[in-house]
Amino acid sequence: MRTYKEINDKIASGKAVVLTAEEIIDYVDRKGEDKALAEVDVVTTATFGPMCSSGCFLNFGQCVPKIRISECTIDGVMAYSGLAAVDVFLGATQLRVNAPANLTFPGEFSFGGAHVIEKLVAGEMVEVIATSYGTQEYPRRELRTEVCIHDLNQAIMVNPRNCYQNYNVAVNCSEKRLYTYLGQLEPNMQNASYCSAGQLSPLLNDPWYETIGIGTAVWLAGSHGHVYAEGTQHFPTCQRSPNGVPMEGAGTLGLTADMKQMQRKYVRGCSFRGYGVSLALGIGIPIPILNQRILRQVCVRDSEILAPITDYSLDYPMKTGRVLGYANYEQLKSGQIELNGHKIATSSLSSYSLALEIAELLKAEISKGKFLLSEPSQLLPREQFSKPFPIREKTL
Amino acid sequence: MKSEKILLRFPKTETGKPIVYQLIKDYNLVVNIYVAKVTQDKEGYLVVNLTGEEADLARGKAFLCGMQVQVESVENGILRDNNLCTHCGNCVSHCPTNALHIADRRTMQVDLDQSLCISCSLCTTNCPFGACTSVL
Repeated sequence: MRTYKEINDKIASGKAVVLTAEEIIDYVDRKGEDKALAEVDVVTTATFGPMCSSGCFLNFGQCVPKIRISECTIDGVMAYSGLAAVDVFLGATQLRVNAPANLTFPGEFSFGGAHVIEKLVAGEMVEVIATSYGTQEYPRRELRTEVCIHDLNQAIMVNPRNCYQNYNVAVNCSEKRLYTYLGQLEPNMQNASYCSAGQLSPLLNDPWYETIGIGTAVWLAGSHGHVYAEGTQHFPTCQRSPNGVPMEGAGTLGLTADMKQMQRKYVRGCSFRGYGVSLALGIGIPIPILNQRILRQVCVRDSEILAPITDYSLDYPMKTGRVLGYANYEQLKSGQIELNGHKIATSSLSSYSLALEIAELLKAEISKGKFLLSEPSQLLPREQFSKPFPIREKTL
Repeated sequence: MKSEKILLRFPKTETGKPIVYQLIKDYNLVVNIYVAKVTQDKEGYLVVNLTGEEADLARGKAFLCGMQVQVESVENGILRDNNLCTHCGNCVSHCPTNALHIADRRTMQVDLDQSLCISCSLCTTNCPFGACTSVL
């Protein structure tokens, strides 16, 4: 048994024993659970993949004369300005004002909010155009300028839904090609697309949210941030394997961190033909080995994590709830799965390679005493269902 | 026998001519067409693999140059920017020849074997990060 304080004291003195969620599996296999429990203080988890529900609050500072922005675009992408004078929120999936979207199908979606966020993190200049209705204390009615992240007072990433605990494996049972947020799906189940770091993924290593909660310190694209809330669509009440690992999306996290400390490599705008723009993010979360139960949970391996194979031509859009079958991440990572005797080529949208890199980076930071853990101030809900969107005709 | 992957760019004046037929009949070459865009009265291109005796290959290429066809050697079927590639692996199931493949299932890094690439460009339209671009 260990406490957060004991672990942080060891980290601060540079003596903490830290392993990645991949290394701990071999470690326990070789040395046994008792020895591992006695020795290992922290296990690092990580993921890198597209997370659409991301964005950032920006504060531009004031110009002379002052402006109270009522409409704003950054590199042609609209930023929400229904906030105080020079505060805006830029969403990752927002397109350029005149983007053709899917007017000619499938659209290319080559640029959007996510790409602006990537440019900002990289320190590049972006063009801000703002207008205002003008007030007595904020007389300026318009401005056009170029700024970079260093010019801004604050650039704070606030992502309502990151780190899906698990995710669908998308296939296409129809006769025509589909263009989805999980990439291009060829007809008659020619390919399957998945999106999770499996055994390295944060919430798959803490299936009941015992250490990852509100206030947990996270590594968000190189910046030290926090879990600020349960993520939107956090639905922990779901089908689970005997090991407690969800067999569907389940939990999510709301994350925030200072964008000025981030690295471009882990904040990447991405474009999905026919679907839109998204932001791929690299996230690392440390798990303190407080007790034997937590140690057992971080030893979860790809072969023990099941993901639901879902038809994106009908069942996903029509919300039928039908699952064609399940595949584990060992099978998914092998490049081929089998469903009812049918062999399907698999590929991922989540980069296991970058997730491994991030788990190692976070391990190095903790080992050097540069990243301390924080005990959640509040745990995430462990019971919660999904609600449908009621479509009601308003009667006059 | 020797095999060579080449890119042929045609000016407008040459797109009406049966060049592939002549390569086969007059120069004894095996022609495997990977990518073709040849439209009458417009510029066009072909990515082909030519196989034959070394002398026949040289004569065939000289014939092409004489026809005002620009002959470029294609060592790289596509260009991959390693700064943009995240190694997610999305391209792998779309690549018809396994030129893009995962050699090590532990690290899950995406490798590119240029000798297998047929410049089909399926990776360029499928990469969310724009890491692959066509040489055409």
